[in-house]
Amino acid sequence: MSLIHEYISSIKAIVVILLPVAASVVLASCERDEVLIDIEQTQVTEPVFTDVYGFYLLNEGNMGSNKASLDYFDAIEGVYYRNIYAERNPTVVMELGDVGNDLQIYGNKMYAVVNCSHKMEVLTPDSAKRIAQVDIPNCRYVKGHGGYVYVSSYVGPAQIDPTAPLGAVFKVDTLSLSVVDTVEVGYQPEEMAVVGERLYVANSGGYHLPDYDNRISVIDLNTFEVIDVITIEQAANFHRLDCDSQGRLWLGSRGDYYGNLSNLYVIDPQRKEVLKTMDVPVSDMWADGDTLYVVSSEWSYITGSNDISYAKVDMDAMEVIDHNIIKDGTDEEIKLPYGIAVDPVSKDFYVCDAKSYVVSGTLYCFDKYGNLKWKQTAGQVPAHFAFRGRVEYE
Amino acid sequence: MQKKFFLCVAWVLLNAANVCAQPLGISDDEVFLDSVMSIQEVSVVGKKHTEIIKPQTLSGMQLSRLNSQTVADALRYFSGVQLKDYGGIGGIKTVNIRSMGTNHVGVFYNGIQLGNAQNGQVDLGRYSLDNIEEISLYNGQKSNIFQSAKDFASSSAIYIYTKRPTFAPGKNYQLTVQMKTGSFGLANPSVVWNQRLSNNVTMSANAEYTYANGKYKFHYRRLQLNGDVAYDTTATRHNGDVEAVRAELGVYGRMRDGRWNVNGYFYTSERGIPGAIVNNVFRRGERQWDKSAFGQGAFEKKFSAVYSLKVSGKFAWDYSRYLRDDEKELYLDNHYYQKEVYVSVANMFAINDWWSVSASADLQWNAMDADLVDFAYPTRWTELGAIATAVSFGSFNAQASLLGTFIQESTRSRKIYTAGSNKHELSPAVFLNYRPFDNDWLELYGFFKKIFRMPTFNDLYYTEIGNANLEPEYTYQYDIGFSINRNIGHSFFDYVGIKADAYYNYVTNKIIAYPTGKQFRWTMINLGKVRIAGLEASCDVAAHIGKVGMKLHTQYTFQRARDYTDPSDSFYGDQIPYIPRHSVSVSYNANYRGWDFNYAFIYTGERYNEQENNRYNFEPPWYTHDLSLSKEFGVGQVRLRIMGELNNVFNQDYEVIHNYPMPGRNFRITAKITI
Repeated sequence: MSLIHEYISSIKAIVVILLPVAASVVLASCERDEVLIDIEQTQVTEPVFTDVYGFYLLNEGNMGSNKASLDYFDAIEGVYYRNIYAERNPTVVMELGDVGNDLQIYGNKMYAVVNCSHKMEVLTPDSAKRIAQVDIPNCRYVKGHGGYVYVSSYVGPAQIDPTAPLGAVFKVDTLSLSVVDTVEVGYQPEEMAVVGERLYVANSGGYHLPDYDNRISVIDLNTFEVIDVITIEQAANFHRLDCDSQGRLWLGSRGDYYGNLSNLYVIDPQRKEVLKTMDVPVSDMWADGDTLYVVSSEWSYITGSNDISYAKVDMDAMEVIDHNIIKDGTDEEIKLPYGIAVDPVSKDFYVCDAKSYVVSGTLYCFDKYGNLKWKQTAGQVPAHFAFRGRVEYE
Repeated sequence: MQKKFFLCVAWVLLNAANVCAQPLGISDDEVFLDSVMSIQEVSVVGKKHTEIIKPQTLSGMQLSRLNSQTVADALRYFSGVQLKDYGGIGGIKTVNIRSMGTNHVGVFYNGIQLGNAQNGQVDLGRYSLDNIEEISLYNGQKSNIFQSAKDFASSSAIYIYTKRPTFAPGKNYQLTVQMKTGSFGLANPSVVWNQRLSNNVTMSANAEYTYANGKYKFHYRRLQLNGDVAYDTTATRHNGDVEAVRAELGVYGRMRDGRWNVNGYFYTSERGIPGAIVNNVFRRGERQWDKSAFGQGAFEKKFSAVYSLKVSGKFAWDYSRYLRDDEKELYLDNHYYQKEVYVSVANMFAINDWWSVSASADLQWNAMDADLVDFAYPTRWTELGAIATAVSFGSFNAQASLLGTFIQESTRSRKIYTAGSNKHELSPAVFLNYRPFDNDWLELYGFFKKIFRMPTFNDLYYTEIGNANLEPEYTYQYDIGFSINRNIGHSFFDYVGIKADAYYNYVTNKIIAYPTGKQFRWTMINLGKVRIAGLEASCDVAAHIGKVGMKLHTQYTFQRARDYTDPSDSFYGDQIPYIPRHSVSVSYNANYRGWDFNYAFIYTGERYNEQENNRYNFEPPWYTHDLSLSKEFGVGQVRLRIMGELNNVFNQDYEVIHNYPMPGRNFRITAKITI
């Protein structure tokens, strides 16, 4: 009798044991699938008829977050498309990647350099669909010229001393979309410029803190070898590099963050000397013809805040035209200007506010007089532009 | 004679308590001491001065039944706790209590705080449950006035107690050997040797070795808007291996109305840092080595009916090496050294039956050394003084404490770094408790506390990022709650316990990373303000059917932790990162004649991985189901326990931290022999 009683008890016990398990199975079955984040569309302005169809904007995304994203502004529709990459390329595992660092349309292809994903995406310029992926370690900037694109990389392929890696420039054939050559340059190269048949590479030495690099490497594009070095003693930590119609180089340095501040230099590449120090700090710059637009935010340990500045420079005369390019007071609300671009036809200019780097940035559109036309929330750390139009613009 | 009789009775009672397993979530104060010494302890401290707000506690068998490898895993079962888990056996695991931030959690190991002046965080994944007797979580502070000033000095506190030697009658030693193996290539042997050295002195020696290759499969799957699979990929987590050795030695003594202990701890490890999984990067090359050693001791004695004294001290040395050797990235090989010296004196005066006061004074010295460029080499002196009082009028108890903290820092550096200014802070706390009914089955309680955390050495002096002008970060906590504990002599129900708390916390001067114009360079500033409103509820039920005993523990936490830093921020009023609004845990245990079955369910609701609560930062909810089954055998003097665990039974893919995939289904087998 007691045996039967015990038997019934244990059945009860089994029921009680199984109950929560059964409940959990029900819970487990309602797991939701994660869906790709689709495109957000916003009508930001009136449609216009223009030769500049629009531009792509690459948002860097904070390091490790895998939140690089690509936006597109369609000027003809007046519509801003946010986060287009994932929907256009749904099969790419983990989307665009980590830290989008540069964007360029060259020939009939668009190149997006994704720094911490160690790759360059090659996309169609009309729909941002992937054509190919080119793996380049720690790639930084891209420059197209003569049927090739040149990509700077913080770390070259062969390292003698892994604790002090030299950077390199990778040469990518725009037809085969493969790396055809590499050349070692200085420490942690950034932007590049082409004058004649020479590629100039700004070296930062960002991995060499506090001994930053202060050299421009000169590469002969025919032999793809470093043939010369331009050293600029008074500057450090080079970043931006462009050229004007007279073949002069315009170099933006980050400085060493202590005594040596960020500055803009005009350099004669033949005579290897500084023609003028502009005394303009540079975070980003954009050359529109012979007019250079500059934004800067520099941390000051003295005031405990970022010193924000803007400038418009006449590259021909090597003179600052204006220190106050935003005329309607909108600059008051821009916390951290991080990128700038100029529409080659309308001369509207665009300023990216990266804010705190970890929130969505804002894109501001100003007319050529410096009055706000519209603004739009972009991705995280908006920075790099590529215009699309009837003719190709850089 | 009378005393001896008392001891005998208590001994019997304690053994009885060990045989009939205690109801879940209820811990008699100091029962964990689990030996004759605990009676001494009670007689020293006196019942009326123990904590007036009970902590959340896991101890003894409850702990060993949980599907948990480390202290961090066990804390998931507590209310108000958010675990940050980077995945795998070697991954860092820290906790955030009531959304105030990891740096506000004090972790005490055998009564003395584990320090980390460098980053203010304790990796709880390093403390295996192997030799742990009890883990308690206190909101505010341990509401016991006879304690070191440090015990008053954090916003919330976790107390971890290792097992003290216990001996069967007539035996002078005990040896326990345990082996764990399972997924991730785990090999985890350990040994505990307890020895009675004399009538009043016992010793416990403990060593543990852990190896795991840390490899596991993870899975990323996304759908397109039309429901088609966008991508579905499986990969192996690499560089999550760990190898660690831990060794501990404790000597415990007792005397008339007093006791003392001396403990030594040594830990060494090498591990891979698996890193974030991002597009095109599924493997990284970062590694870390750690060595840590500390010695600590405490002496406690009741000198008279009025006066009791507790003296404790500690010396700690920590070494950490971080290596990044990845040909695609910046090479780094940094070494960090930390030293800490700490002494404390606590005095208590039991003035009369209902009133006692205490005063304690602590002194701490921290120094750090690192081979970073332009390192500041900071040194910090901290003096803490606390006065506290407790009153007890039968059903009503109250405690009030006032902590004074004085901090001086100095640096030596080639560059611009100056030391932070001297700090002095006063931190009050009030704890109340009311038991309206005779048998104390209902308790109403509440507390208020204002406290701060110092900026860490990293916050202040990390090369190029630190900011020596930082002020402390403050928290204000307000809490009210009730608890019900009823033993029921029902044919099915044995016990019901319910506990609920409502709280409001305010964090101000929050230390946050702030971007400088430099590319991806940050500095630390006092900017953030967070308001946290929360609700915690837990319920424990014990029941039986015939000889099958059952226990059910459920816990629910609601937290609204919102950023109110700056109305112009796009995230103003948004939930702060990684804090879910809802979290739930359920654990169920059934036992029958040495068999033990355990089931656990943990749910963490949707969260955001960054400040803005938008769809780009959305983290979906996750939940896991874990099962375990164990059987204990007795063969003469030898006890053998075999346990099998199956974790994440339904092989769910989830992330606790964005881009750090967690393991799927995994298992563990444990065999334990006690002689």
